[in-house]
Amino acid sequence: MNKLIAHSSKLKVKTKNLKFFVLSFSFACLLQAGVLLFAPCTSYAQPISSTDLINNAKFYEAKTLVYQGEVIGDVMVRSNYAWINVNDGASAIGIWVSTSLAKEIAYTGSYKSRGDVVEITGVFHRACPEHGGDLDIHAQAMRKIGAGRIIQEKLNTGKKNFAIVLLGILGFVWILTLLKRR
Amino acid sequence: MILKPRLEDVKIIGYYLGKVILGLALTMLIPIIIGLAFGEVNPVLDFLISLEIALAFGLILTKLCYIEKDLNWMQGMIVVSLSWLVAMLLGAIPLYLSGHWNSYLDACFDAMSGFATTGLVLVQNLDYLSYAHNFWRHLIMFIGGQGIIIIALSFFVKGSSGAFKMYVGEARDEKILPNVIHTSRFIWLVSIVYLILGTLALGIAGFLNGMKPINAIFHGACIFMAAFDTGGFAPQSQNILYYHSLPYEIITISIMILGALNFRLHYHIWMGNRKEILKNIETVTLFITIMITFCITAIGLTQTGIYPKALMLFRKGFYQLISGHTGTGYQTIYPTQFINEWNQLSLVGVICAMALGGAVCSTTGAIKMLRIGVIFKALIEDIKRIILPERAIVVQRFHHIKEVFLEDKQARAALLITLAYLVLYGLGAIVGMFFGHPFLSALFESTSAAANVGLSCGVTNINMPAALKITYIFQMWAGRLEFMSIFTLLGFIVAVIRGK
Repeated sequence: MNKLIAHSSKLKVKTKNLKFFVLSFSFACLLQAGVLLFAPCTSYAQPISSTDLINNAKFYEAKTLVYQGEVIGDVMVRSNYAWINVNDGASAIGIWVSTSLAKEIAYTGSYKSRGDVVEITGVFHRACPEHGGDLDIHAQAMRKIGAGRIIQEKLNTGKKNFAIVLLGILGFVWILTLLKRR
Repeated sequence: MILKPRLEDVKIIGYYLGKVILGLALTMLIPIIIGLAFGEVNPVLDFLISLEIALAFGLILTKLCYIEKDLNWMQGMIVVSLSWLVAMLLGAIPLYLSGHWNSYLDACFDAMSGFATTGLVLVQNLDYLSYAHNFWRHLIMFIGGQGIIIIALSFFVKGSSGAFKMYVGEARDEKILPNVIHTSRFIWLVSIVYLILGTLALGIAGFLNGMKPINAIFHGACIFMAAFDTGGFAPQSQNILYYHSLPYEIITISIMILGALNFRLHYHIWMGNRKEILKNIETVTLFITIMITFCITAIGLTQTGIYPKALMLFRKGFYQLISGHTGTGYQTIYPTQFINEWNQLSLVGVICAMALGGAVCSTTGAIKMLRIGVIFKALIEDIKRIILPERAIVVQRFHHIKEVFLEDKQARAALLITLAYLVLYGLGAIVGMFFGHPFLSALFESTSAAANVGLSCGVTNINMPAALKITYIFQMWAGRLEFMSIFTLLGFIVAVIRGK
């Protein structure tokens, strides 16, 4: 009899555990579905390309997203904020960033240097009301993920030799024209 | 019977073409100096190679074809049309050598776009281009805007009636001063004075925007050259959007409008006749057409609701419109935004503005304001003839520097050129549609190329077919020279093949 009671109480505990497991699983599933359904509307964890942002600007309007690329040109400081332009290889997008974050940028991309690669988390605007309708991102956070550097230009010997040969030909043509004139 | 051209014709054409090439070669010294100043070794070599090739060609032509005879109309026109093709081929060499263009055809596309002051680009990684190459891109706009022939006339050709024939062939049918050489030099004087003032204004604005002083001045000079010559190139890939600056946009609007005015009008303003700007048919027509096309664009943009504030509408709607109307092509939006964000009505407004253009004897392309004004006056005259009694004498006149009585031949000439432009816009659009682009996109890009504007809705890119690139090159060339010299060249080729 005692054995039977013990077995039934074990069964009850198991059933309770099962119920708890089923409830927890259902709750987790619902939570996951909620995240999947609503999270894309507010923020993105994966970097989004400039092409995607420009071509689907309406979809990304006012959403917090991640964008990464190389800082190019000038860091244009405007009192407490600065404009930087970040190129992801396809296009460059203007980023409105606080000067404290902008100070972290050591190199910007140009003919003689490769710029710092940064990851921006910020709010995207297809026509920013604060900046006269510019398509831009207002940065909330910036992380440097690659350091820039100065590029040492190497002399292209092929071009140098070609220029010397052409100089010789030009000199020859010039002498010929002088002879023809005489 | 078509007469076969004589050897003498070919020699005269070759001789003057050689002179133009020599003039062009010497302009390559400027990017060499820029490259040396910034310590750019390989770009200097690119320009040295191009300079040597151009000098060799110029010397060979001037010596082989040496002749002491003046140009006739046919020869003058052919020299002009060939000069622009040769300028494209030679001007593309340093661009191609830089490695930023995928093919020589792409480099030729950008060279023609530069010389013809269009502004469409196929350059790759523009943000990493050297100072020397970037300066050359803008310099060719400055040269092309004033006119390649104007350079030769100013420095290499002695006063002759042949000079006037070349001057006219380059789509400048108005002399400012009695002598065409003096006219050319005056055009340079105006441009250099504005270059200094414009560079200073943009340089200061750039510096206040937070740019490094050297970059602010460099960008200022480049942007001025491309804005005054209604070109549209910019040193950075984002074009004017790179600066994120209202003052910069206002200064460029002012320069674009200055560039769209007739050099003759500039002369009269310089001489103190400021009232001319209020009376001239071109400025009046320009004002009216800007207002009409902006209304169309603004209504379209209001329907989309993308720019709800007046400042936004000004910085995006009005800026693209004035840029299109003056034939510049500066953009503060990305090309694909035209198609993705603007509606059809707003696009039609911009296309109309691009098709109309600025003043004659300016640096703009397209139909131009004097022709639009003349056609409108002729229409009014015809309506008056219908309404008024048969015995009434109807006389129509307009003010263009002086009071001018409208004649039928003026209206006919204006209508013919307008028709030729409309055909050119249409043909380019058909080619664009042949390659799968929607009608409005194809028409937008075609009008932009043929009217030498440079606004793009994304059709122009490195992946577009070679045939479309060649079509746009032809449109830019024909649109800049206003057809006559090109028809003459085609006639000359026919005469060489079929003449007796």
